[in-house]
Amino acid sequence: MAEATATNVGDPAPGLELPDTEGRVHTLPMPGEASATVVIWTCNHCPYALAWHERLVQVARDYAARGVQFMAVNSNDAERYPRDSLGAMRERVDSEDWPFPYLHDESQQVARDWAAQVTPHVYVLDGDLRVRYEGAPDADHMDPGQNAAWLRAALDDLLSGRQPKRAETEPVGCSIKWK
Amino acid sequence: MLREEMSAIRLDPASVEVREVRTDDEAGRHGFVGSPTIRISGRDVQPPDGEPAGLTCRVYRLRDGRVSPLPDRAELRETLANAIQGGGE
Repeated sequence: MAEATATNVGDPAPGLELPDTEGRVHTLPMPGEASATVVIWTCNHCPYALAWHERLVQVARDYAARGVQFMAVNSNDAERYPRDSLGAMRERVDSEDWPFPYLHDESQQVARDWAAQVTPHVYVLDGDLRVRYEGAPDADHMDPGQNAAWLRAALDDLLSGRQPKRAETEPVGCSIKWK
Repeated sequence: MLREEMSAIRLDPASVEVREVRTDDEAGRHGFVGSPTIRISGRDVQPPDGEPAGLTCRVYRLRDGRVSPLPDRAELRETLANAIQGGGE
């Protein structure tokens, strides 16, 4: 089992090649293809991930026209946590209106490559695929009024040609359920 | 939160019994559907609705509809009050 190594702000993002709930394989965009890319570790069963989900969906909708790509990754061990199975992921996408693909990291290798810790754990990449923000969507999972402000601020800075002022926050949520 | 609410109605917060559920077998035996699970006089603060037993994170639904990792404080308070009135099970 490969050990996780830290993905630091400023580092090139590790690769990513994962199937969505319909089996279509997704990768990160090519350098310059997206103005920014947001990769979110999430899952079906974590109350923190669920509490923040609608805020993240809204950010994806709000920034789509500005060339920002989003993808969500579920790396949890579905054998011990059946609510995170591929079938359960598919049911959720089918019953909700997801504006981004929900990717299945069955081997958990991508989570290890990225050193993702919890759900949700948010990474923002610049157009050259370097990590420019890592952490939580905002300061309080229980306050919808926070509106994913940290994520939005990081995107606004990047889209204005600046490095995010707040580049790193403590990710808060449920630990990724390792095999 | 539990100890705060107990103190507010003059119950001894030190009387809380904390059990760590370490295995799936234990979870099954205790009907444990996620952490934290709070039972007052044997009654779950928010009785699970068909959730399977397992070592997972508990999802609570607050009265205003929000999802939370902790139960609704008012619901917790009411469950405590009911347990006092009923004298426990």
